[in-house]
Amino acid sequence: MCDTCGCNVTPGNQHLVEPGGKFSHSASGRESVEVLQNLLSENDHQASHNRQHFARHQVLALNLMSSPGAGKTSLLEATIKALKGELNIAVIEGDLETENDARRIRECGVPAVQITTGSACHLDAHMVHDALHQLPLDDVDILFIENVGNLVCPASFDLGQHRNIALLSVPEGDDKPAKYPVMFRSADAVLISKTDLLQVLPEFSVARAEASLRGLASQVPCLSVHTRSSSGIQPWLDWLHSQLAELKDSRQRGDLSNFTSVPEHGHVLMHPHLQQVTPLDDEL
Amino acid sequence: MPVRPGSYLTKSWPAMHELSVCYALVEQAEAIARQRKARVVRLLLHIGPLSGVEAGLLRRAFPLASAGSACEGAALDIEDAPVSVHCPECKKSSVVAANKLICPACGNWRTSLESGDEMVLQSVELEAWAGGGDVLSSPA
Repeated sequence: MCDTCGCNVTPGNQHLVEPGGKFSHSASGRESVEVLQNLLSENDHQASHNRQHFARHQVLALNLMSSPGAGKTSLLEATIKALKGELNIAVIEGDLETENDARRIRECGVPAVQITTGSACHLDAHMVHDALHQLPLDDVDILFIENVGNLVCPASFDLGQHRNIALLSVPEGDDKPAKYPVMFRSADAVLISKTDLLQVLPEFSVARAEASLRGLASQVPCLSVHTRSSSGIQPWLDWLHSQLAELKDSRQRGDLSNFTSVPEHGHVLMHPHLQQVTPLDDEL
Repeated sequence: MPVRPGSYLTKSWPAMHELSVCYALVEQAEAIARQRKARVVRLLLHIGPLSGVEAGLLRRAFPLASAGSACEGAALDIEDAPVSVHCPECKKSSVVAANKLICPACGNWRTSLESGDEMVLQSVELEAWAGGGDVLSSPA
């Protein structure tokens, strides 16, 4: 925060501090301090630190979010199997309780760290940071962070990931984007999962699901996937390869500005002074 | 080995991330109050519906999150930010519903959000500790 030079007063909030404005005076020994910081600035600070870890180890970090049971872990199992021998994968699993998902992932032969949040409904950047230190990041190409199954809270917490992925499974219904706009607006790719069930659930329309997503002014890819056959996740694998290529290209150009997935905090009136990145203070 | 969260576990509350947000708010405001050796009497937030944070839940969580802090007893004022989109086709800006960000004027869905996803601590109003009036030297 910069509260010394007054640079955090912008045309948008100046009226508040001008004479007669809401926060203009210090009557009876009071004073008002303009802050203009994101409410989650501490989390965001940690998230940018996590992003430095990913940059240093050249890892693509992807945050998977969905309702519980939409098929995040099954998708990861199929992805690991499909990319075996080609790309190195690691997984951070978030659940309220149990090691079940991390165990499933480890059985596929890749490192996994389980975060049990107890009662917390989302992962935050600090939890992810603790988990990062338990993973051999030097040997990892893609890190998947499987968030707590929840279409509400995880959308508000930046973990430092490069991309957000939201899954919408066929049994959930095709109007989920309209019901949970914050979550689906935060996604850089939406996967319609369990599309093998479309034949028995004709009430789900992929076209309606996509229209519901476009109603949020989202232009991101909307991919249909299922894990019943090896070709079922091909659109997703193609997308992953495109992201790896794009990230590599961005790193070569030295410009990762289009590779941070923090759409929720888009209108925070961020000023360079408000977003200082401090040096890494722990062992990488 | 599972990661057992430390401090954030004690700061979590089932199915309500607003409490986490509230703790973050109190910590931010406390840091400012400490710096100026003052206590917080009022907080002003700016919150849009697309931030994912519910103003009513924040209000309810605030007394709990601020108990025993420099923010205890402070007024929490929350200003709503409207959801507004700009259409690059017809160049119009419109206030719309949070789950319908299509341009109401021309029907184009490739709009850009102008406001509505804010979650900002706008300002903190401070009061000097009794006998500590001299610490409030910086300009308002």
